[in-house]
Amino acid sequence: MKKTLLSAAPRHRFPKAPTGIAGLDEITSGGLPRGRTTLLVGGPGCGKTLLAMAFLAHGATQCGEPGVCLQFEETADKLAANLASLGLDLHELSRRKKLLVDHIRIDRNEIEETGEYNLDGLFIRLGLAVDTIKAKRVVMDGIETLFAGLSDQAVLRSELRRLFRWLDDHNLSAIVTGERGDKNLSRHGLEEYIADCVILLDHRVSEQLSTRRLRIVKYRGSSHGTDEYPFLIDDDGFTMMPVTSLGLTHKASKERVSSGFPGLDEMLDGKGFYRGSSVLVSGSAGTGKSSIGARFAEAACARGESCLYFAFEESPSQIIRNMASLGIRLEPYVEKGLLQFHAARPTNSGLEMHLATMQKMVLKLNPRAVVVDPITSIFTAGNSHGAQLMFTRLLDFLKMRGVTSVFTDLTPGEHSLRRGYEGVSSLMDTWIKLWLVSTNGSGAARMISVIKSRGMAHTRQGRELIVKKGRLDLGPAPGSHPAASAEVSE
Amino acid sequence: MSAAAKAIKKTPVKGKAAKRAKADIWELRLYIAGQTPNSIATIANLRRICEERLQGRYRIEIIDLLEKPQLARGDQIIAIPTLVRKLPTPIKRIIGNLSTAERALVGLDLQPAK
Repeated sequence: MKKTLLSAAPRHRFPKAPTGIAGLDEITSGGLPRGRTTLLVGGPGCGKTLLAMAFLAHGATQCGEPGVCLQFEETADKLAANLASLGLDLHELSRRKKLLVDHIRIDRNEIEETGEYNLDGLFIRLGLAVDTIKAKRVVMDGIETLFAGLSDQAVLRSELRRLFRWLDDHNLSAIVTGERGDKNLSRHGLEEYIADCVILLDHRVSEQLSTRRLRIVKYRGSSHGTDEYPFLIDDDGFTMMPVTSLGLTHKASKERVSSGFPGLDEMLDGKGFYRGSSVLVSGSAGTGKSSIGARFAEAACARGESCLYFAFEESPSQIIRNMASLGIRLEPYVEKGLLQFHAARPTNSGLEMHLATMQKMVLKLNPRAVVVDPITSIFTAGNSHGAQLMFTRLLDFLKMRGVTSVFTDLTPGEHSLRRGYEGVSSLMDTWIKLWLVSTNGSGAARMISVIKSRGMAHTRQGRELIVKKGRLDLGPAPGSHPAASAEVSE
Repeated sequence: MSAAAKAIKKTPVKGKAAKRAKADIWELRLYIAGQTPNSIATIANLRRICEERLQGRYRIEIIDLLEKPQLARGDQIIAIPTLVRKLPTPIKRIIGNLSTAERALVGLDLQPAK
């Protein structure tokens, strides 16, 4: 008997309703609480409606769970436009009875209150909508407008309590959105009624760079990530950085890939980089960092591998032109679709947004090689304490996918790395340094050395790097240049 | 008759509201949800006010949303009971059981707000 009892009570796993937003489903171990209500709090324009609608749309299209939206704030047109940004056609979904939107308009000016009332009208509308399409999910967006529309707060509060209980009783997975408040989490203290799951969205602008973040304040009965997670809202809707599954568990590849530069391959054990490793190429202005990145991209494409090139300082056409003058031909691969550029001004958004965008593009295009030219620009564009952590995650993410990545890094002075990302070089598997030395009478010579390269017997001595029209080459054999050894031993 | 209603009767109706009240037929629609004590009280309050102020010039339609839930959407009904003045325009809404006659009259534009 005892045994039966035990087996009848397996380890309770909280059932989840997936949102379809990869990062969010990961940090919540599967989604929002199924059959319960989640409170989504945030200031104006921080993406509450979009997240809520994404939840409905995912349920309706992917999980066979039709959804009802009681929309208190946005007009039909605005909502349709919002959904269109997720690539969903509101009218089509409505026609197929997957989604039903009821717009609730309350105009304080044309309502007079006299005597007792309750919100049965709202219940009846919700009940009818849920029955009509057999909804499993519900969104109530902007329910706090009720507080402005109705003056009897006591009635309103008891009715809201009844409403949330009704949702629970009907086993509906719901999202209720609320405005961020000053004293309470939400302006009207909705968190008092919704106790199972509370998510906070935030849209911060610091040093003129905006960053959107999401935090799970509370998730009863479920483990969840507690950090603030950056997210993006763009043409594809809502994207979060999937982070939880990352770590140091990726399998290290023994395969080697050429850097595209025979001289550099020679310095790296004669074989080049490890596939899936990360490479930092640092140096001051004019040392030839970009040409190493571009040569690597060209070599990857020549092997038939796709490459994603993030350009943060020059436009793609400028890079293609400049590299062509060194005999690095990128254009044919762009035409073939093997090489894809993503150019953005570093000041367009904060570092976290850049990293999230990069991760998203890697997921979308699935390249074998990535070049970031230069990483410095985005690191200087707004640097929060979480930035390096995020960068670590991006590196882990690339490694996990076996993407070989080259990051160029502009050092301002001669040798020092800039403050704020000293740790970056320690995360890298290979660190290549470029610098200039003055030569007798003939100006400056470019030097290259491999500071470190994990898991291989690389050359430790500096060599001269010859960047000339049509070629990229190493200078005379080690030792023959007097400045080389002195520099490296520093 | 309540004290409030008596007080109103003594005050002559003046101005625009009075002219309009004489000219038009009033169309009132009352939304309820089931025969609850509150909805019964509301109906009684409404009938009394109409008889006192709009005798012979009003029509009342009572809609029970438990029977016709699909009608809640059209008139944007949230609270129950809700009285909607369809005519004369503009549309007015009064929520609650109409127990405070003055406020009900103000809501219906039968008495200018003081």
